[in-house]
Amino acid sequence: MNDIFTGKLVRLSAFDPEEMSKAFTRWNLNSEYGRLLNSSAHRMQSAKSTAKWMEKEAEEMSPAGYYFSIRTLAEDKLIGELGLDVVNWPGRDAFVGLGIGETEYWSKGYGTDVMNVLLRFAFAEINLRRVTLTVFEYNPRAIRSYEKAGFRHEGHLRNYLNREGRRWNEIYMGILREEWMELNNHAPSAVLGA
Amino acid sequence: MRELFRGKLVRITAEEPETYAKSEVHWQRDSEFVRLADSDPVQLSSEKKIREWAEKRFEKGPQPDRYSFTVRTLDEDKLIGFFGLWINLIHNEAWVGIGIGEREFWGKGYGTDMMKLCLQYVFTELCLERVSLGLHEYNARALRSYEKCGFRLEGRTRRDILREGRRTDTLWMGILREEWLQMQNGENQ
Amino acid sequence: MFDIQTQLFEGSDIRFGPIDHEKDAEIESKWTHDSEFMRLMEVNPARPMSAAMIKKQYEKLEKQLEEDKNLYHFMIRSKRDDRLIGKASVQWIEWTNGNGFLRLGIGAAQDRCKGYGSQALQMLLRFAFAELNLFRVSAIVPEYNEGAIRLLKKFGFVQEVRRRRSLERDGRRWDLFVFGLLNDEWRNQA
Repeated sequence: MNDIFTGKLVRLSAFDPEEMSKAFTRWNLNSEYGRLLNSSAHRMQSAKSTAKWMEKEAEEMSPAGYYFSIRTLAEDKLIGELGLDVVNWPGRDAFVGLGIGETEYWSKGYGTDVMNVLLRFAFAEINLRRVTLTVFEYNPRAIRSYEKAGFRHEGHLRNYLNREGRRWNEIYMGILREEWMELNNHAPSAVLGA
Repeated sequence: MRELFRGKLVRITAEEPETYAKSEVHWQRDSEFVRLADSDPVQLSSEKKIREWAEKRFEKGPQPDRYSFTVRTLDEDKLIGFFGLWINLIHNEAWVGIGIGEREFWGKGYGTDMMKLCLQYVFTELCLERVSLGLHEYNARALRSYEKCGFRLEGRTRRDILREGRRTDTLWMGILREEWLQMQNGENQ
Repeated sequence: MFDIQTQLFEGSDIRFGPIDHEKDAEIESKWTHDSEFMRLMEVNPARPMSAAMIKKQYEKLEKQLEEDKNLYHFMIRSKRDDRLIGKASVQWIEWTNGNGFLRLGIGAAQDRCKGYGSQALQMLLRFAFAELNLFRVSAIVPEYNEGAIRLLKKFGFVQEVRRRRSLERDGRRWDLFVFGLLNDEWRNQA
């Protein structure tokens, strides 16, 4: 069985609050990054305060949340963060949130690779039935990346965001297990095969 | 949608800690009940201790992998027992523990009604794929009830319990979602 | 015209009010023992709660109301006898974007289909748009909740998102809808 956390360009690795808080703080100096990832205004926090918050979240973590850091295979460089939040266990539906903080890795296929690894983890390891995400209308790069990974558009909340004096839609996308299996030409046993 | 919390003889409730503790103390004093239900040695806890334990349990709020229900009779609203679920969310299956503390309700179909409600909840609200349970070989009444509900005997651990100088087996049973669905379809015909 | 006289918290048959810590927990506990209500109100598995558990929820809620500033919560009572009949809230408010999510539930089956839901939603929308000054509000509703869908559409909500087969209940999978209403749309209706 090959490693489910490894893709073609990246691998998912453990989320270490000390390391990640420093990276978060650095990445969020770039306001573009924050505005692509988050709907709320960025509150500049120290690495120390961020680490404290992350540790608290990790403590309170219910069986529903999975957090990873993203590293390149080539240089083992920490480039981003990934979170999967199971919002409904009976429906087996989870929200995914992905951010690549190191901007030189944008538009090079890293996002799509991360998403492919994540979807395999979601469907083949924790047996989810669907994965959902939201993305902002002004983030076409991410939208394309998610479409490539197999997500389908499911609608948008109209005029949800207010930034730079105009309003923007928040787009919802989702992928069902059946759709992912078809995309990957997978029968269930093939996913678990050698 | 079908009514989840009411069966033919019983209904599912959540009790106030004081109410639950009173009943639990009363049930604990029936050592036959405890020896049928549990493997741990019979012990007697105070009402206060049980109430504190019950209150501590829901400090964190409802958890997605642990469900705890009490059961009352429909006709007289008497608190007679409980059942609990320990869920493995990844593998989409659960262990169930069930008991009727009021002995005058043994052997009258109450247990079967409770387990049927439990299975309906597990398969149509939690949407799990399998339920497992363990029971003492000497608990013939429970074995019959579980078989009626669709559980199949899957194995036994031999002579792992020692009581009254005798070694007895623990039986392990399970029911799959498909089997439960088939039973439902069979009943509807 | 600047109308601050029309009561925000009074309807014709219902009123909005705070939690009554003495009496409300018992009533809410009863609602949670009704699996039909729970399945309409919650996406998570229906599970009965004792009054003690509800009281704990109230504590968390009051703390949140004090610290969070992103939540407004109301208990709905009948004007005639002050009886608790439901609850309403505006939550997940993002002030910089002017968004919020609405939640509304009438607890007892015999209190539904009496127009209380309409009155409550009307008051909630006025509060969200004319007092909180939100730009838009959203509501999340499962496909099987026909009553809620009818009510939202009556008030001009638009179905914006369809999360396909997101829920499983009672032996089948259901879509989860997100409805939205803009402040302008609401204002133009009145």
